[in-house]
Amino acid sequence: MRRGGQVWAWFWMILGILYFFLPLLATFLFSLRAKLGVLSFQAYEDVFTDPDFIYNFGYSVFWGVLTIIVGILLFVPTAYLIRLRLPQFRSSVEFITLLPFVIPAIVFVFGLVRTFSQPPFLIVDSPALLVAAYTVLAMPYMYRAVDTGLRSIDVRTLTEAAQSLGAGWGTILFRVILPNIRVAILSGAFLSFAIVIGELILAQYLVKPAFAPYLAYLIQQKAYEPAAMAVISFALTWAFLGIIQFVGRGGAQAQIGGGR
Amino acid sequence: MTVVDNVERGAPNARPARTKLSWAWLGVMPFFVFAFAFLLYPSSTIVVGSFRDARTHAFTFKNVLALLSTPYLINAYWLSIKISLITALGGGLFGFLLAYSAIRGGLPRFMRSSLMTFCGVASNFAGVPLAFAFIALLSPSGELTHLLISLGFNPYYHGFTLYTFWGLSLVYMYFQFPLMVLIIAPAIDGLRREWLEAAENLGASSLQYWRYVALPILLPAMLGTMILLFGNAFGAYATAFALTGGQVNLVTIVIGAELTGDVLGDAGLGYALALGMVVVMALAIAGYTLLLRRTERWLR
Repeated sequence: MRRGGQVWAWFWMILGILYFFLPLLATFLFSLRAKLGVLSFQAYEDVFTDPDFIYNFGYSVFWGVLTIIVGILLFVPTAYLIRLRLPQFRSSVEFITLLPFVIPAIVFVFGLVRTFSQPPFLIVDSPALLVAAYTVLAMPYMYRAVDTGLRSIDVRTLTEAAQSLGAGWGTILFRVILPNIRVAILSGAFLSFAIVIGELILAQYLVKPAFAPYLAYLIQQKAYEPAAMAVISFALTWAFLGIIQFVGRGGAQAQIGGGR
Repeated sequence: MTVVDNVERGAPNARPARTKLSWAWLGVMPFFVFAFAFLLYPSSTIVVGSFRDARTHAFTFKNVLALLSTPYLINAYWLSIKISLITALGGGLFGFLLAYSAIRGGLPRFMRSSLMTFCGVASNFAGVPLAFAFIALLSPSGELTHLLISLGFNPYYHGFTLYTFWGLSLVYMYFQFPLMVLIIAPAIDGLRREWLEAAENLGASSLQYWRYVALPILLPAMLGTMILLFGNAFGAYATAFALTGGQVNLVTIVIGAELTGDVLGDAGLGYALALGMVVVMALAIAGYTLLLRRTERWLR
């Protein structure tokens, strides 16, 4: 039984490895074929000198940063207060933060556009609506990251210690709690950023410049530049997830060291 | 855990509660206002809009009934359901086999951790770049297609296209199976070796071990995760849109078209279409939660 099982185990693993890597490899090869007959990085040069790419990607970065800032300002105080003072709201807040998983993004944006494109709420063209919508999509990840971070520290003791030293609420939140959960916030922030960069639907239907709609448009027009962009976007995803793991690990060690 | 909870709950009594409470209320208000304005209210309009006449605003079942009697929309649901079913079953089975191979297959230890890392990345990797990766691999001018043609086999002469049902399913599987691996791995870890040894000592065959021991424990988790995968594929939009340029009749694509061009000619019908999606997704998430809870009994 063992020997036969091992052969099958190798079979499935190799199939998995092929399935995982072949599309990535093909994209990379494709991106090198911009010049006829030779492999070159021409497509990457074209991408980085394409003003439309820089414009759209720049906007995606801008939306991502705004989403992270709004997310931190909104979710850190809420998660903190729910944990410390208002545990009776825990389940309703958890329900709300999980809703974006239940409501498909296309349905969510359908509701947004229909709600905010008619009086009295005519704000469908406002960039603020887009950032709010991104924040909603990032909420399950951001809120949970913050909440997990708060669970790992002793919120009550820290708060009471700060209070007895005369700290106000602002000081407690931003100079005591926030630095203690910075690792959790950072991993939530990177996930939010990755979501915003890859998000197609919101920018498409709220008609704002962003990376994913531009890439989707370019796929229909060209061959090699989108390949280079897809490779860049893989690299970014890997980098973000790598940073999350690296930061998470380093942070955990630092916390053990710092706590003693 | 309960002890900590009691301490936490007990402590506030020691201090004057009233003024603190009002400050706490004020502090969580922005969150609830935000959630109401940008999530709860817009979502509730979908429910309301589904049961309201678009012109007269009177209560009506017309929209839902019209949805059920429009063949084009029924077909959209049917295609979405078919593709979600196939990729949930296929991705679920493949994911399970991968996870089981890595954990219990006698492979080198590093295989397991690298599989988990890859799955973490791949499950986050969907949408437009994924669609392009498969275009580069399997479109008529893709790398693998060229390779196969040079070997004398052109898949496009044998009924394969990347842009219809089976091609789309193949692409969807890419973000489906990693999720299965990530969720089922703890359940496979929970299968104790003693159970296999005990079964073997009692003379059970490998088949009997699976039939009477392993499967009854793993099945709820497997089914639950497959239901989650179903929802995962059902709500997907960007991959299909980027792959086909919006030329495939999935529910999500139809809702998108309705949003930009009023293709249904009746605003109420669009709401009903969206509501149907929410209902399917809610059922999927509920089924997943219920079944996974059943498994957790064994995993302590």
